[in-house]
Amino acid sequence: MSKKDKIVEKEQVVIRFSGDSGDGMQLTGTQFSNTSALFGNDVSTFPDYPAEIRAPQGTVGGVSGFQLHFGHYEVNTPGDYADVLVAMNPAALKANLIWVKRGGTIIINEDAFTEKNLARAGYDFDPIRKHKRDYQFIPAPISTLTKGCLSDFELDNKSILRTKNMFALGMVYWLFDRPLKYTEKFLEEKFAKKPVIVEANKLVLRAGFNFAETIEALPRNYKVAPARIKPGTYRNISGNTATAWGLITAAEKAGLPLFCGSYPITPATEILQELAARKDMGVKTFQAEDEIAGICTAIGAAFAGNLACTTTSGPGLALKTEASGLAVITELPLVIVNVQRGGPSTGLPTKTEQSDLLQALHGRSGEAPLVVIAASTPSNCFDYAFQSARIAVEHMTPVILLTDGFLANGSEPWRLPAEEDYPEIKVPFATPEDENYLPYNRDKETLVREWAIPGMKGLEHRIGGLEKMDGSGNVSYVPENHELMTKYREDKIQKVADRLPEIKIKGDEDADLLVIGWGGTYGHLYSAVKEIRKEGKKVALLHFNHIWPLPKNTNEILAKYDNKVVCELNLGQFAYHLKVNVPNFECEKFNKMQGLPFTIVELKEKFNQLLEKK
Amino acid sequence: MDQKTVKLTAKDYKSDQEVRWCPGCGDFAIMNSIQKAMAELDCPKENVAVISGIGCSSRFPYYMNTYGFHTIHGRAAAIASGVKTANPDLCVWQISGDGDAMAIGGNHFIHTIRRNIDLNMIIFNNEIYGLTKGQYSPTSPFGAVTKSSPFGTVEQPFHPGELVIGAQGKFFARSIDYNVKLSTEIFLEAARHKGTSVVEVLQNCVIYNDACHAMLSDKEEKDNRTIILRHGEPMIFGKEKDMGLILDGLKLRVVKLTPGGFTKDDILVHDAHENNPGIHTMLANMRYPDYPVALGVIRDVTAVTYDQSVVNQIQKVQQSARFTKMQDLLYSGNTWEIKEDK
Repeated sequence: MSKKDKIVEKEQVVIRFSGDSGDGMQLTGTQFSNTSALFGNDVSTFPDYPAEIRAPQGTVGGVSGFQLHFGHYEVNTPGDYADVLVAMNPAALKANLIWVKRGGTIIINEDAFTEKNLARAGYDFDPIRKHKRDYQFIPAPISTLTKGCLSDFELDNKSILRTKNMFALGMVYWLFDRPLKYTEKFLEEKFAKKPVIVEANKLVLRAGFNFAETIEALPRNYKVAPARIKPGTYRNISGNTATAWGLITAAEKAGLPLFCGSYPITPATEILQELAARKDMGVKTFQAEDEIAGICTAIGAAFAGNLACTTTSGPGLALKTEASGLAVITELPLVIVNVQRGGPSTGLPTKTEQSDLLQALHGRSGEAPLVVIAASTPSNCFDYAFQSARIAVEHMTPVILLTDGFLANGSEPWRLPAEEDYPEIKVPFATPEDENYLPYNRDKETLVREWAIPGMKGLEHRIGGLEKMDGSGNVSYVPENHELMTKYREDKIQKVADRLPEIKIKGDEDADLLVIGWGGTYGHLYSAVKEIRKEGKKVALLHFNHIWPLPKNTNEILAKYDNKVVCELNLGQFAYHLKVNVPNFECEKFNKMQGLPFTIVELKEKFNQLLEKK
Repeated sequence: MDQKTVKLTAKDYKSDQEVRWCPGCGDFAIMNSIQKAMAELDCPKENVAVISGIGCSSRFPYYMNTYGFHTIHGRAAAIASGVKTANPDLCVWQISGDGDAMAIGGNHFIHTIRRNIDLNMIIFNNEIYGLTKGQYSPTSPFGAVTKSSPFGTVEQPFHPGELVIGAQGKFFARSIDYNVKLSTEIFLEAARHKGTSVVEVLQNCVIYNDACHAMLSDKEEKDNRTIILRHGEPMIFGKEKDMGLILDGLKLRVVKLTPGGFTKDDILVHDAHENNPGIHTMLANMRYPDYPVALGVIRDVTAVTYDQSVVNQIQKVQQSARFTKMQDLLYSGNTWEIKEDK
């Protein structure tokens, strides 16, 4: 039988690569994603790795995974269950088997399936024998073949075995009829200074590809045609890179230097790293001694006239609490990016959750309103980072941008915007030597104060954390003034809503169920709603990016639907937020707190249940 | 009118706000000295930013007719670091007390010094928490009886100079509030020094720790109990200029200059520019009554600053950068084209 006879056309495929956290599975997954994206598929990815850098080898706790979903139509999630699993050892199989579709293909490195490793993974039986009727196992002696391949190379055993991920990748490339050239080019660039490593990796990659072709054991060869997506220029982008780039773009549009004061924290660190690498764009990064210094240096930079940001995750946001209040009372522009992870406390550093919503909204002393925005896909982290910066500068306020571990590490193809797709950012600078300048004079429409920065002649003034006198900004303990200023600060944030776009539903206007979500759950909610509508049911999705202030037509839309469910990865914080702010708001809730995204299966089940109840 | 032709005076640096320190507070004299120093410097007034934390001394920016930022407790160093890094053209002064700088702000204090950001950090040290009405601070002496240590403290104090040098500080000076002339001289040197300049000013709190430095300000005895160090000059002190410091083994020793005994030639000559911090640490740590307390610029060593390094690095990268516009970055690397369906 020729290869062509066995080709199976698939609309979409989910692959999960898994191994020890040192096995290079993240790289393997990223390579397959990039190749598929360059091939023209729509792709969505989700890395799933432990918090420990090198957890004990061969244990379930040390398994690092990378799931990707690609298709020839629009792909909105990394997929619930895998068609193909690559398991580099028994622990990887054990940790991931529940995520493989029944009948799915499992490539295993049979060299690693020794009695010792099986025991280390907690198996007291042979999992392949036990599960062989439910899955298509492809055992491959990956370690042995990799070693054989490189026997002529002057490399130590450790370096040789490090290339075995390329063998697995080569096999999967063959399985899905993918070219090797993109990965070969990547290897040439990555190891440009070590030609031996380039050659070794390329050889092993090709060996894997050839092995897969040779063995008749492979059950089938899939083909996923390129997706029909909107014409344009695309690139693959992760949420964290998109966030960094959105901020740089905003600084460019505002004509302000960008300053980022941050402290490394999972899963936000890549934003700081990407900004640190962008000296070519003139970005200044300050890796501070702690989270507090991170935000404080940013506040200092804002006072000095930069577009300032600080990036963090939940526990870091808690540490920034007091300083964010200072930014509120001094009415300085500041973007605080919070890449949410499982909490409380250290919680689940590498897992996703949406449980910092109320902290973002309310976690400050005193009445300290600010703007809260949430991105909803890896690529639109760019748009919402840009918007956060625009609102911060034009409204002279701190803005908290919420993303999450799923968005931050996930990636998808992104249709690149043209420069004119982004509005100019108008900086409310004061005029030097304006004799009437007062630091707390406000624009009558927007209540925004003018921004005078050190270096501007004749506008010397003092600001600080003590209550300000309306207008002059001098310290004031006058009771009525404090009430007035408290209300000004609140109203100023409310007025941001005047310039926000109206929120729209996706799906049936006359839906029997309105699904409500916010932030990073968009892909899953949208896919579930889409699938359930295909079954002929009337459902719509209302997904929020503007958390505070809410879009102005929120009440109006919510009032149209009787049957509503708020779905979120927490105990119901957004539902609570809507109950407090939308008159007579009642809803069902669907919550998940597993450090994992929703699955489409569980969402559909819940929606069907709610539709039947009706 | 051309700014450069107008010579500003200390008065030009006073704001219109009523100064609200207690009558007799040492802060008044320190503020006068800073305003005098600023008038001497050639930094335009609009380029001066005064950043403070929380505490009595931290009200300082409100009384200055410059750009000012009264921030939050302990964070002045971090905020000042951001100001200076964002705009290295500014002359940035940080005003903190002993609690603000070395208790709640201790972490920022040492890291700012380690980075050597070009700030003038003035630490008002009255060895007490004044604004919260009299609790011990990290510089209160062991055993100090205060409102929060009614039976005496059981913890050792920080010595600011030792801490600065331990954090790889390049500039450390000490003054005392009443000596406006000396303070002004030191503030000028601190401002001219490129890098983090820390000036500890021994300051009296008339209400909660009155006379805490009285041994050093006593009219009759002050010259016998303090030594004013000046680079290149022998370490001689005393009302009669008859005492000096020598190195005896691994320690400093006070000796009396007498005919036939020790002479001026035996006395150590102060070298503030020496990179090795050994003698500087000993000088900074001298305590009365074993030693005179050192005033003046104890350490002043040149080193590359953080803010300038940041600028240099950006310039260097930009010289060989393939692009400096976002639009070019977006379209660089692995991109692909999706064409219209035919």
